[in-house]
Amino acid sequence: MKPVTCALAALALSLSLAASVWGGRAEAAEAVAPPEVDWSFSGIFGTFNRASAQRGLEVYKQVCSSCHGMDLVSYRALTGIGLSPEQVDALAATHEVNACCTDAGEPFTRPAKAADRFVSPFPNPQAARTANNGALPPDLSLIEKAREGGADYIHAVLTGYEETPPAGVTLMPGMYYNKYFPGHQIGMPPPLSDGIVTYSDGTEATLDQQATDVVTFLTWAAEPTMEARKETGVKVLLFLIVLTAFLYALKRKIWSDVH
Amino acid sequence: MEANKTWKNPIVAWIDNRLPIFSMMNADLVDYPTPKNLNYWWNFGSLAGIMLVIMILTGIFLAMHYTAHVGYAFESVERIMRDVNYGWLMRYMHMNGASMFFIVVYIHIFRGLYYGSYKPPRELLWILGVFILLAMMATAFMGYVLPWGQMSFWGATVITNLFSAIPLVGQSIVTWLWGGFAVDNPTLNRFYAFHYLLPFIIFALVFLHLWALHVHKSNNPLGIDVKGPQDMIPFTPYYTIKDAFGLGVFLIVYLGFVFFAPNFFGEPDNYIKANPMVTPPHIVPEWYFLPFYAILRAITFDIWFIPAKLIGVTMMFGSIIVLLFLPWLDRSPVRSARFRPLYRQFFWLFLVDCFVLGAAGGHPPEGHWIWIGQVATAYYFAHFLIILPLLSYLEKPRQLPSSISAAVTPGGVGISAKGVAE
Ligand code: HEC
Ligand code: HEM
Repeated sequence: MKPVTCALAALALSLSLAASVWGGRAEAAEAVAPPEVDWSFSGIFGTFNRASAQRGLEVYKQVCSSCHGMDLVSYRALTGIGLSPEQVDALAATHEVNACCTDAGEPFTRPAKAADRFVSPFPNPQAARTANNGALPPDLSLIEKAREGGADYIHAVLTGYEETPPAGVTLMPGMYYNKYFPGHQIGMPPPLSDGIVTYSDGTEATLDQQATDVVTFLTWAAEPTMEARKETGVKVLLFLIVLTAFLYALKRKIWSDVH
Repeated sequence: MEANKTWKNPIVAWIDNRLPIFSMMNADLVDYPTPKNLNYWWNFGSLAGIMLVIMILTGIFLAMHYTAHVGYAFESVERIMRDVNYGWLMRYMHMNGASMFFIVVYIHIFRGLYYGSYKPPRELLWILGVFILLAMMATAFMGYVLPWGQMSFWGATVITNLFSAIPLVGQSIVTWLWGGFAVDNPTLNRFYAFHYLLPFIIFALVFLHLWALHVHKSNNPLGIDVKGPQDMIPFTPYYTIKDAFGLGVFLIVYLGFVFFAPNFFGEPDNYIKANPMVTPPHIVPEWYFLPFYAILRAITFDIWFIPAKLIGVTMMFGSIIVLLFLPWLDRSPVRSARFRPLYRQFFWLFLVDCFVLGAAGGHPPEGHWIWIGQVATAYYFAHFLIILPLLSYLEKPRQLPSSISAAVTPGGVGISAKGVAE
């Protein structure tokens, strides 16, 4: 074999092997590939659709927050999806947090402030399990980054329930059939259905609309700095491409007397 | 060192007369004679050095905000991502930087394998490189534990448990490494201390590596010795500009990942806080350890009274230790694969074998992957212990060119280390 053909063959084989590792990872985690959704935040210029993220917050408040906490997100961060500081204060004040202490050393509770983290529905994981048939509702702050398939996968789980499991599948007590959850038996009752939330902006609350909105909100929550990252990235890369082109021209010029 | 330069600036001259730091920089970075025919594979050494500096700088900024405690580590990293100004940039540069560092160093090593850079008189230079690789692996392994996600915790548990394979004292060693009876707060604390220390040890090793390099100078794609100044050009401006251009291309790729696909090399499970009660369905190390992980798992059977686990661990460490002996396993006097028709084929086969090992390490050890991993492991060692020694005797190398300048610039002398248009 010629050296070039040999090298190319080696390279092609190697790359396909590398690809098989990535394929293998995905395969192990999800039985059924989630359908792709056209997200406002995907792509190098993608940004979070503010209206959708705010509607997602409404879905979280009205539905998910009765079971799931978001320990890493503070109320003040919500200005990132377009809430005004007054709206943030008002939202925070609807929750109570434990505080320490009065001058007499007594613990007391006070309304949450903008700087507080989202208040969790349960005081501890044991209480959360007890209320959910033994299943633990995971914290949702990072859920979009913590699942293979990311936003598409969560959207798929929220919309992938089937009332009657396929023939031959017997559900364990307290479990629900979900097409996309690994193993298909999930301990979360179907949280969303048409019209279960009322949007303050009048958008029609279909199942798909709610899932799309809440996933947009959760993706923002998992990485509130994503827009800054992409914006900086576009500038930095444009600069680097121009700089590298100049360096290449300079290299050609300097080396012209060697060859 | 060559005669010290005379410096025009009186302050520079005063300092240089007492501590010849400017003469040294001039001799090693400016006038430094370099073979005129180095190709782009020679860019990866300087890229590795730059990556080390980037890792140390971003690491120090992370350390200012990181808390090494099992109750706070995960949250402190998320604080860096959310609340620290440009914390997300430092963290993503550090995280992707580790992957890029390994890509660069692996290319650098395969460059050495192809062009025979480990052969006399560069054996020590090569051996120092192997030590750098070992120190990098230890650093990256311990760094991956710091964010205290699920893979951090379970990766640390699996890898530290390997030492329990050592006969008699194994279990005591593991307890000693952990500082307790499981991976826990003392483990996290000591890993953090070592993770901060080791990069500076790498820095010292790199210094020795470069010192050894500058004694006999760079090898080159022809693998023949330089015959005189007509074969060389000064490092500056020729290789400074070539390295600068290479750095530009590299940064586009590296920062492309940082800004647009920062979690490409990562595992989603590491965004779940470590939980000793929940084992992830499939524990995988970072991609750069996969070939070694495959070798570790290849041995599924005991040999006589030696348990499989002990053999696997020994082979895994052996796969790197064998590199130390490479200069004496490959006895062919010809360095460059360009003039070694058989070795060149085996080089590519070996490269493919490493990818096969990587693929086997990334899949659960089931079905075909078991024997694929075993065959690839056997071939890995056969390459070094059987094929290379045999080739040294069986192969008939091609005719070597008489000199670099004769091969590269046959038309004329061009320029040389003594200056332009000699
Ligand atoms: C009645 C309580 C309850 C409500 C309301 C609820 N969940 Fe859950 N959720 C759970 C439980 C319990 C689990 C754990 C399921 C399991 O592990 O089997 C869970 C799991 C999840 C998961 C993780 C699935 C996986 O791959 O592990 C996501 C994502 C999720 N919920 C999102 C939501 C969202 C978004 C909402 C609001 C629209 C919501 N949940 C409302 C109880 C709830
Ligand atoms: C050889 C150079 C280095 C390598 C290969 C390396 C590698 C790594 C890796 C793989 C991680 C895990 C990243 C993640 O998944 O989050 C990490 C984390 C970390 N490293 Fe390093 N590192 C190096 C140098 C340093 C230095 C010099 C410091 C400190 C001065 C440092 C401080 C930290 C800290 C504080 C973390 C935890 C924060 C985080 O996980 O993002 N590193 N390192």
